[in-house]
Amino acid sequence: MPAYRKSPIPGNRWLPHPLMTLVLAIIWLLLVNTITFGHLLLGTLLGIAIPWFTNRFWPERPKISKPFLLFRFFFITFVTDVIVANITVVRLFLLPDISRLRPRFLEIPLDTQDPMVITILASVISLTPGTVSAEVSDDRQTLIVHGLDVADEALAIQTIKTRYEAPLKEIFSC
Amino acid sequence: MIFFIELLVSFFLVVGAFFAMAGSIGSYRLPDFFSRLHGPTKSTTLGVGSMAIASAIYFSFHGEGISFHEVLITLFLFITAPVSAHFLAKAALHQGLHKNKAALPPKGEKETGPQI
Repeated sequence: MPAYRKSPIPGNRWLPHPLMTLVLAIIWLLLVNTITFGHLLLGTLLGIAIPWFTNRFWPERPKISKPFLLFRFFFITFVTDVIVANITVVRLFLLPDISRLRPRFLEIPLDTQDPMVITILASVISLTPGTVSAEVSDDRQTLIVHGLDVADEALAIQTIKTRYEAPLKEIFSC
Repeated sequence: MIFFIELLVSFFLVVGAFFAMAGSIGSYRLPDFFSRLHGPTKSTTLGVGSMAIASAIYFSFHGEGISFHEVLITLFLFITAPVSAHFLAKAALHQGLHKNKAALPPKGEKETGPQI
């Protein structure tokens, strides 16, 4: 079941990706670092023109069914975990005896086969505590992740599944 | 400039520098390729992110008007760092860079290419 097609914001032939239009306009305003009417207009024009010309690259639109949860996930869970991840990893890096680390590969069974959700999950895993995603199996059933210091394999897999995969699945409703 | 702002800017700069340096030390000290990937993906993102925040605060209170385009650096870094780490890890898996057998992926290499 693909998490696409229906978005809360309707798009049409002239505005195929409303969300991308918004993001591109914001990025333009951030790039020029000013908010004037001219740049607002230019940003909006770019935001309309770029999705229109590149429409064939993304025939489908991501379906975000819970935007509030998305914000909570990225601004609270994600930001906290990035900071915690850094402190954890730095502490491991500066251990006096580096051979005490238990690096190993974890195999995470995936509950979703949606490519975008897997991509976001893999990126989030790479940026959060002690893990870097290494490979997705061809059938999109398992994600191979490298853990820097894994004490309990089952617990680590469970944490990743409940903390990151479950909210992502709920946000993109698949 | 207000003393408090200067304090905030220096705090973020020091934090950023610390994490960037710790990440580099980690890359140097860790024994194998896959562990070394953890440095650049995490510590450097927060390191550069902190410095970008420091820059945003500094120029917002120093120059003309608020300065926010540093946010873009952080954003792009957060998007690109996991992707490049993923590519490196994937390439390393295909090359069979794992030194000790214990660190082999459970059964991943069957799907990931030639037997090692």
